[in-house]
Amino acid sequence: MKQNKFSTLIVTVQNKPGVLYRISGLIRKRRFNIASLTVSATEDPDMSRFTIVVEGDKETVEKMAKQLYRIIEVIKVNEPEEDSIVARELGLIKVSTTKTGSKGEISLIADHFRAKVIQVTPEYMMLEITGNEEKIQGFYKNMKKYGVMEFVRTGRTALFK
Amino acid sequence: MKLTGAEILCESLLKEGVEVIFGYPGGAIMPVYDALTRYPKLRHILVRHEQGAIHAAEGYARSTGKPAVCLVTSGPGATNVVTGLADAILDSVPVVAISGQVHSHLIGGDAFQETDVVGITAMVTKHNYLIMKASEIAVSVKEAFHISGTGRPGPVVIDITKDAQFEKIEFNYPEKINLPGYNPTVKGNMHQIERAAEFINQSSKPYIFAGHGVLISHAEKELLELSEKAAIPVGTTLHGISCIKRDHPNYIGWLGMHGNLAPNKCVNKADVVIALGMRFDDRVTGRLNDYLPHATIIHVDIDPAELGKNVKVSVPIVGDVKEVLKSLLPLIKESKGRKEWFDMFKDYDKVEYEKVIRPEIYPRKGPLKMSEIVKKLSDITHGKSRIVADVGQHQMIACRYYEYKKHDSFVTSGGLGTMGFALPASIGVKVAKPNDEVWTIVGDGSFQMTMQEMATIAQENLDIKIMLLNNNFLGMVRQWQQLFFDKNYSSVSLKNPDFMKLSEGFGIPSEKVTERKDIEGAIKRARKHKGPYLIEFVVEKEQNIFPMIPQGASVDEIRIE
Ligand SMILES: Cc1ncc(C[n+]2csc(CCOP(=O)(O)OP(=O)(O)O)c2C)c(N)n1
Repeated sequence: MKQNKFSTLIVTVQNKPGVLYRISGLIRKRRFNIASLTVSATEDPDMSRFTIVVEGDKETVEKMAKQLYRIIEVIKVNEPEEDSIVARELGLIKVSTTKTGSKGEISLIADHFRAKVIQVTPEYMMLEITGNEEKIQGFYKNMKKYGVMEFVRTGRTALFK
Repeated sequence: MKLTGAEILCESLLKEGVEVIFGYPGGAIMPVYDALTRYPKLRHILVRHEQGAIHAAEGYARSTGKPAVCLVTSGPGATNVVTGLADAILDSVPVVAISGQVHSHLIGGDAFQETDVVGITAMVTKHNYLIMKASEIAVSVKEAFHISGTGRPGPVVIDITKDAQFEKIEFNYPEKINLPGYNPTVKGNMHQIERAAEFINQSSKPYIFAGHGVLISHAEKELLELSEKAAIPVGTTLHGISCIKRDHPNYIGWLGMHGNLAPNKCVNKADVVIALGMRFDDRVTGRLNDYLPHATIIHVDIDPAELGKNVKVSVPIVGDVKEVLKSLLPLIKESKGRKEWFDMFKDYDKVEYEKVIRPEIYPRKGPLKMSEIVKKLSDITHGKSRIVADVGQHQMIACRYYEYKKHDSFVTSGGLGTMGFALPASIGVKVAKPNDEVWTIVGDGSFQMTMQEMATIAQENLDIKIMLLNNNFLGMVRQWQQLFFDKNYSSVSLKNPDFMKLSEGFGIPSEKVTERKDIEGAIKRARKHKGPYLIEFVVEKEQNIFPMIPQGASVDEIRIE
């Protein structure tokens, strides 16, 4: 797979109807390539926060920031450097446990990655993992040999250090 | 005292200084129409199609500089204004479009005449509102006017449910606006302005590109000062055209696809470009890869998103053009003139005059040319009429051959190129400036897109002169088919109605001109007549507009034949 550069934008918006629509519309209209987008509540009930991971260099991110500022509800757009934020995402994974001995092995790997076991059935284990993208990707790779039945990740959300 | 939401809307519009509304009634907006009869200070102009209402509002807004209002019903009423919204956002026109919406409890259920207006219009408005309570009406009107008219102007939609229009509450007009995310930068950054001054002072071939922003910010005087003080040639964009008098020695012409030869040919020779309130549209830049290879670009615009959008800018200045120029001017060194640089333009001007302009405006024989007619109008009106042009070849002719001597006197649809714009827009222009002469220049194709507004003009007895340039073709498309599709004419020939009978049917006096000798007389008769008047000029069928930068070509590759 081609390695593309990704950048993060942290967008603080007024919590009003239609904001998500306007932001997603802008992304589509201006043809920005989005790796993930998360919307979350903040400490202020009137504000929400969008964490957008966009493919592209500094120039792309700057253009996107300027376009975002056109949206009336957008209060602040931050384009943080990677080392100035703590970014996390959540992954959920369902791994097959039909191979003998796999349960123990999976638990060991999960411990190593600090992943949590959420559900165990005769057919599969469901695990939860948080961390940065590499960590989650790494865990997923380790699980592959057991047979990944389902895997989802949330996309990143971030705070400034 | 308690008022209904509809009355609150009217009160709020009055608070915003609104005098005129362009609109069309229907079920979901009926409470407002009912209230309007109790607000005689709000003059309502009944159009014949909602597209006409919004274009009229655009014409009004562009002639007053203030947000103009259009009022329509839900569903088809609202969707009919979408073209106008798209037009207004591209051309930075402040309009507030108010639409009725079905009852709030019906929303989302595909009720009769329900459309998702905020959804549909989100991408073609600066902002929009869905209002479901009377208590939200005043605030949103206040915000809408503020958003629409400040910063980079643009359209705002307020969609109000019918129950909110009926609901009765106490009316209080808010004094303050609370929009923490909206704070247009007006004053330019001083550090950048100083850098700009340095570049300008050291340049040998500076070049001003004056755009619509010069007119919107009323910076005509400052533009002239800068140009004269530092001896800088001024080229304009389509919308910038009337920001400097045509006969000013520093005015070197119009930039872009059908602009003048000199300003386009010399673009790439500039060492410093001062772009004022313009957006480097592709019709101005031609092929970007070859654009401005040697120039330091100073770009002033109130919309930060425009800076660096299409071209790389060395000195970006976010701010109002007038404010920025006011800060810049004291830092600019006087220049004694740049004869060589100006001469370069003049050489090309001679070529264009001999090869294109003269034969266009002084043809001796053959069919009438649009150019000679518009030039005649220009001479007779001394370049001081307000001109509203539609879209097509005649539009380019209106740009090229009317010699604008009055600031902000040219209105057309630039960014969207909306055929059918002119006739309704001229209604707005005339209503805004009742004492000014208004001519609308329109092609036979464009005229038929919104000609029902003739009825509006007749009903309001608006003194608008209509110059219908009839070449029996969708001329601009035909030109492209001739030049780029081996003259394979496909669906561009028009069998037109009898425009004389049509005009008569609308109750508007008219005449038809086919002979060169009658051009002047007809224009004079139209001017003399009090009230609307239409002249159909039967013109050369296959006239082409030159110069032309073929699409995708570099500005250097501009063709004059
Ligand atoms: C609403 C709309 N439809 C189609 C076009 C494409 N178009 C651009 S110019 C033109 C022809 C205009 O013909 P006319 O009004 O007769 O003017 P002329 O070019 O002949 O002067 C057309 C079809 C457009 N700009 N707008």
